[in-house]
Amino acid sequence: MHARAETSEQKATWPDDIYAVLQRFDVRQVPYVPDAGHSRLIERVLASDTMRGIPLTTEEEGVALVAGAWAGGQRCALLMQSSGVGNCINMFSLIPLFRLPFFTIVTMRGEWGEFNHWQVPMGSTTQAVFELSGIRVMRANNAAEVREVIEAGAAQAYNACTPTAILLSQRLIGAKVFVK
Amino acid sequence: MSKTNLLDRRAVVSSLLKDRKGMVAIGGLGASTNDMAAAGDHERNFYLWGGMGGAVMMGLGLALAQPDVPVVVITGDGEMLMGMGSLATVGMQKPGNLSIVVLDNERYGETGGQTSHTSAAADLVGVAKACGIADSRAITTMAEVEALVPVLHDLKSGPRFANVKIDGANVERILPMRDGTFIVNRIRSSLGHPPL
Repeated sequence: MHARAETSEQKATWPDDIYAVLQRFDVRQVPYVPDAGHSRLIERVLASDTMRGIPLTTEEEGVALVAGAWAGGQRCALLMQSSGVGNCINMFSLIPLFRLPFFTIVTMRGEWGEFNHWQVPMGSTTQAVFELSGIRVMRANNAAEVREVIEAGAAQAYNACTPTAILLSQRLIGAKVFVK
Repeated sequence: MSKTNLLDRRAVVSSLLKDRKGMVAIGGLGASTNDMAAAGDHERNFYLWGGMGGAVMMGLGLALAQPDVPVVVITGDGEMLMGMGSLATVGMQKPGNLSIVVLDNERYGETGGQTSHTSAAADLVGVAKACGIADSRAITTMAEVEALVPVLHDLKSGPRFANVKIDGANVERILPMRDGTFIVNRIRSSLGHPPL
């Protein structure tokens, strides 16, 4: 079984809240490597008239894309899961060098209720990797606080030009179910 | 070191950038960014001193943000090999105004001239084509470079890819500016975006 657990969270509207915030901040390019936790948001982005969803082969492509888009006058939001954060490390250098308004939303694996322990090493170091790279970290643990956290993070990233990562906890998105 | 039948990198880059009008040029880490500086500084030169493997993606982000501006990425074979997946990403987005030119000397020139994968079987033109970049050219003569120049300004027929075989000679090191924030903000300003 490779779908996320059928929980009430899955039908929740927090991905729509995220979409609305990105729209309000005039985000135009949304690079992503898919994750089940981001699937509804990705659908919304791909159906959008104002945002362009850009599938990547690996997450560091997204950091470089942010630099190009910013040079061209557009804002990005990078969507990925925690394992992808490690792929980005050298490319994160571009953020302070170009003073990019970097904003990323990361679905967490390797924590609450994880079955696949191969997700644990990177999931455990995700926050520290961001912080060592000079990126501020904020976290949403439940559906009710998603909108507020995304709004505060987006304002910090785009208006205050302070690179920001939002971690969406595994407790929020639901653990992936492999066995019953 | 140089072979007579291979092109001179400085001559190639000078040709690509002559009469450039509003074209934005992104120079990949290493000798390619120096070649752009040697051709003359320009407010739309995007010099890279790091972020190896990211040049094509920076070009993609810029090309999508500015569809009416021609964008050319000029980079080396080593830098392109590190970001080969980005050709698949470009092949999916297909921005008409993006061109990618690889200066291929089949070696890592900045680190002692170690041979790269293009000296063996790796065929970057084949990779680009297979990723959906229909206009992918293997260039070995200056006449072919000259034929490419007007095409770079066509905003509709891209994306396009060209692999230019150059000689491995070490040329005089002409260094561009290194302040990344200045470089990016200078491009933004030339495109009409005021400072924060």
